[in-house]
Amino acid sequence: MPDLTKTAADAAVQESVPTVEQAPQPKAEKARSLWGDAWIDLRRNPIFIVSTVMIALLLAITAFPGLFTSADPIVGDLQNNFLKKPELGHFFAPEWLGYDGQGRSVYARAIYGTRASVMVGIGTTVLVTLLGGIMGMLAGYYGGIIDSILSRLTDIFFGIPFLLGAMVVLNSFTDRTVPIVIGALAFLGWTQTARVMRGSVITIKQADYVQAAKALGADTKRILFRHILPNAVAPVIVVATISLGVYISAEATLSYLGLGLSGVSWGNDISTGGNQIRVAQHIMLYPSILLSITVLSFIMLGEAVRNALDPKTR
Amino acid sequence: MGRYVARRLLQMIPVFIGTTLLIFLMVYALPGDPVRGLFGDKGGSEATIAALRREYGFDQPILVQYFNYMKDMVLHADFGTQVASGRPVTEILGEAFPVTVRLAAIAFTIEVILGIGLGVIAGMKAGKLADTLILLFSLLLISVPVFVLGFIFKTVFAFQLGWLEPNVNDSMNMGELLMPAIVLAAVSLAYVGRLTRTSVAENLRADYIRTAVAKGLPKRRVVGVHLMRNSLIPVVTFLGTDIGALMGGAVITEGLFNIQGVGGTIFDSIQRREGTTLVGLVTVLVLIYLAASLIVDLLYAVLDPRIRYA
Repeated sequence: MPDLTKTAADAAVQESVPTVEQAPQPKAEKARSLWGDAWIDLRRNPIFIVSTVMIALLLAITAFPGLFTSADPIVGDLQNNFLKKPELGHFFAPEWLGYDGQGRSVYARAIYGTRASVMVGIGTTVLVTLLGGIMGMLAGYYGGIIDSILSRLTDIFFGIPFLLGAMVVLNSFTDRTVPIVIGALAFLGWTQTARVMRGSVITIKQADYVQAAKALGADTKRILFRHILPNAVAPVIVVATISLGVYISAEATLSYLGLGLSGVSWGNDISTGGNQIRVAQHIMLYPSILLSITVLSFIMLGEAVRNALDPKTR
Repeated sequence: MGRYVARRLLQMIPVFIGTTLLIFLMVYALPGDPVRGLFGDKGGSEATIAALRREYGFDQPILVQYFNYMKDMVLHADFGTQVASGRPVTEILGEAFPVTVRLAAIAFTIEVILGIGLGVIAGMKAGKLADTLILLFSLLLISVPVFVLGFIFKTVFAFQLGWLEPNVNDSMNMGELLMPAIVLAAVSLAYVGRLTRTSVAENLRADYIRTAVAKGLPKRRVVGVHLMRNSLIPVVTFLGTDIGALMGGAVITEGLFNIQGVGGTIFDSIQRREGTTLVGLVTVLVLIYLAASLIVDLLYAVLDPRIRYA
């Protein structure tokens, strides 16, 4: 995504950068930072509001699934509920979205499956951002031999198709817990972040204020974390929010192949539902819809943040 | 130009070695054994297993195995032997690759034509209704996972409407490959559209476009030559890296539609821990990826004459 680096150049104009959470202070019109501007922009953006509300709801379901359904996702009543179709009007009741081939409530499974997907998405994104961010920052800042080595290393990992590599790694685990899936996805996913961060840092490194800080005798740690990192991180945040949705989708795809999480997850349910698609579409339909809405929410959030940080793309 | 290509080819060598070594280590360093896998749950006698392991060279240290494997591959184009069937991997590659290449080629064509087309329309009409509709369409394509999209297509077009065959029985039949190719192309198509749109919308305000319009050039020429040429650079970059992704993404699409290509073979090899087959397949994928990224860099000079290679 070549246009991302331009965001970094814009960021370079600004001196100090408060965090996103910080409320915009309308005190001085001219001293508003890039993030302050972006925040004002975001608050007016309907896409941002809708996606934030959706994500808040998903996080609530992740934290307290028991609040959203009374049914148990694992216990099924095969005799009475085998492949039962959804019952219209029974909102949020166990029978709302019907039952699966084991007589388990599709609704309850969809609710409990949220946790797996959301945790994999967030965990992978955090790990990828840390890993790729550090690699990219070192390569971009030090240049020379360190850059050559780290960039070749990035090329090597980038050369392996993402899903393929994750399949190879995950195939050697029989009990695929959330941390294991996160590790496998992050192991292969950090390259894009590293590339974006490297490009961004190289641009910022030449900015006058970095030169000034150097001339004033600031140590490397201070230059890196006080001056370069806050200004270079914007494009990385954009990549992170967009790829969060992609990781959720990747986990579901791996589950579909039988190489994803063990336990209750949307991917597993979609996969079993796929085998029964000609007799009972609802088993696959509802987790698919939820999965798509989740991915969409995160991608929309990323788009909104990108637009706010890089007004040129509008 | 010639020197640039030579330098690029030289730079590919460490990446090629690194990637193959990485996949080799990933396959072998992780638990599991293709020879034991041959015997299933019953298990074979220890002596037989040891003999087979020696025959395939699995008793040697991993780096020695890698060195021997690469030596055979580079010097004799020998990719080893598939443990389960005893057939040479090159034979399996020869059967599987043409199928996947055909599938990926159709997908790539769809992606280029539809993706760039939609992107240009959206970019030209930035902020208008057409732009919003195309944005929604592409977000939808990105949000629905490939295998879900495949199931939806199968249900709607094959089971309900009966227009298409649900599975591919003849991989030479372009009509049968069309549905899997659309599914395979879907996500990339959306990304191509988004990239093109951003780039077109940005370049529309560039000075050279204003100059071209002021000169009185016909709109077709302004858009077709001046705008497109400059807007396509980020898109071409994406398309280059996407060729590799299409081949890898075939794992899911081929499984869904019963296509006997690289994807299916890769999936089988992973499950049976067929390291040699897997490394061979991935090596070819990596080569395709490296070649594609070289072509992309050379295309830059064609698209933007300001870029010159020393």
